[in-house]
Amino acid sequence: MHGSLWVLLQVLWAQLLCGWVLGSELTFELPDNAKQCFYEDIIMGTKCTLEFQVVTGGHYDVDCRLEDPDGTTLYKEMKKQYDSFTFTAAKNGTYKFCFSNEFSTFTHKTVYFDFQVGDDPPLFPNENRVTALTQMESACVSIHEALKSVIDYQTHFRLREAQGRSRAEDLNTRVAFWSIGEAIILLVVSISQVVLLRSFFSDKKTTTTRVGS
Amino acid sequence: SLGFSLYYAVGSSPYHTNMLSFSAAGVILLLAWIYPSDSLYFHIGETEKKCFIEEIPDETMVIGKYRTQLWDKQTGSFLPSTPGLGMHVEIKDPDTKIILSRQYGSDGRFTFTSHTPGEHQICLHSNSTKMALFAGGKLRVHLDIQVGEHTNNYPEIAAKDKLTELQLRVRQLLDQVEQIQKEQNYQRYREERFRMTSESTNQRVLWWSIAQTVILIVTGIWQMKHLKSFFEAKKLHSERAFHRSVTSTRELMVTHPKVC
Repeated sequence: MHGSLWVLLQVLWAQLLCGWVLGSELTFELPDNAKQCFYEDIIMGTKCTLEFQVVTGGHYDVDCRLEDPDGTTLYKEMKKQYDSFTFTAAKNGTYKFCFSNEFSTFTHKTVYFDFQVGDDPPLFPNENRVTALTQMESACVSIHEALKSVIDYQTHFRLREAQGRSRAEDLNTRVAFWSIGEAIILLVVSISQVVLLRSFFSDKKTTTTRVGS
Repeated sequence: SLGFSLYYAVGSSPYHTNMLSFSAAGVILLLAWIYPSDSLYFHIGETEKKCFIEEIPDETMVIGKYRTQLWDKQTGSFLPSTPGLGMHVEIKDPDTKIILSRQYGSDGRFTFTSHTPGEHQICLHSNSTKMALFAGGKLRVHLDIQVGEHTNNYPEIAAKDKLTELQLRVRQLLDQVEQIQKEQNYQRYREERFRMTSESTNQRVLWWSIAQTVILIVTGIWQMKHLKSFFEAKKLHSERAFHRSVTSTRELMVTHPKVC
């Protein structure tokens, strides 16, 4: 009896701790004239961060819009390449954020976003938060936070590099097609010039050979 | 995270021999293992295919969990789980070779480890057995994709290897540093590719400009030669024609003096 009560208490405590939700980081493709929305249920009072970056496509810009459960727009930006927005949830409910490529007619884009809700879950969900951490433990915690930011910077660097690389590869294929195309056009134009000139003079030739009867 | 915390709680409590609570915790752990806990969701149409890209270094583990809910017109809400509704998961590696192509139920968990660094594509589309299920409705998909170090389940590792708190924290730091190292290696490989692409563009522009100049000069010379020979032939021909016309008029004047 006592044991199951203890377990029940632990469960309730764990439930409370579940105010911490893991962050979501996704890279998806947004076709032209399309809009993609994502939803998340957030508890009041949690600090959330939305970060997005356009990886490939066109002018590397996208429209972004974040709405709270009542439909009020918390964040709205048009044609942005990269941005980061932090807010504290004022209400309980489903928050919605949308990426729109409706202004573009034929370029589809790849968008990366990172939506962090609350803090990371603690390593030991069962630990009693009242006891202070030892020096070693707090050193470990600060190293962990520093490494997290290193990984974050690495991600952003990787995305920017991917941008540059896709442009370079585009350029490479365009140069190849253009050089072949232009060589063909040159040849065609020069040959047709000669043929056309010949045809002008050929007509005159037939009229001049007709001497009076 | 509920399941893990519950499992840990049960495991550490002095009354863990209570088999019922243990098995209950086990079931919750299993469900937590499959279900993404309160994560991001989006809507997907019937024949729509949604693709996500994960650019990862090699030997990195990726775990994806999804949960689907179908819009029920009668109750006007999303049903928690719908049998008969499946999602087809297809994962392609950077060489566009399919490394996973499987049908899962309405809730599923898929995992793969990358063997080549690069952009892996994870595509989901619904494969409902009863088309009537969808009829005008939308499917809500909860998705949670964890990559690399985030796939590690620390409470489980602590329990398995019997690590103290400090040891577990250091283990987490080691995993993070390993992930950073892998990413740096991948970065080096990517930069090499970028450099090769730029050098290839440079070469192509060089060869193309030389080739174009040569073609221009050659066609110019050919045009001039051809036209020159053409007009010379024409001039000769027209001179001959003129002489012929003059002689024929003279003949005409001799034979028919009254015409002039």
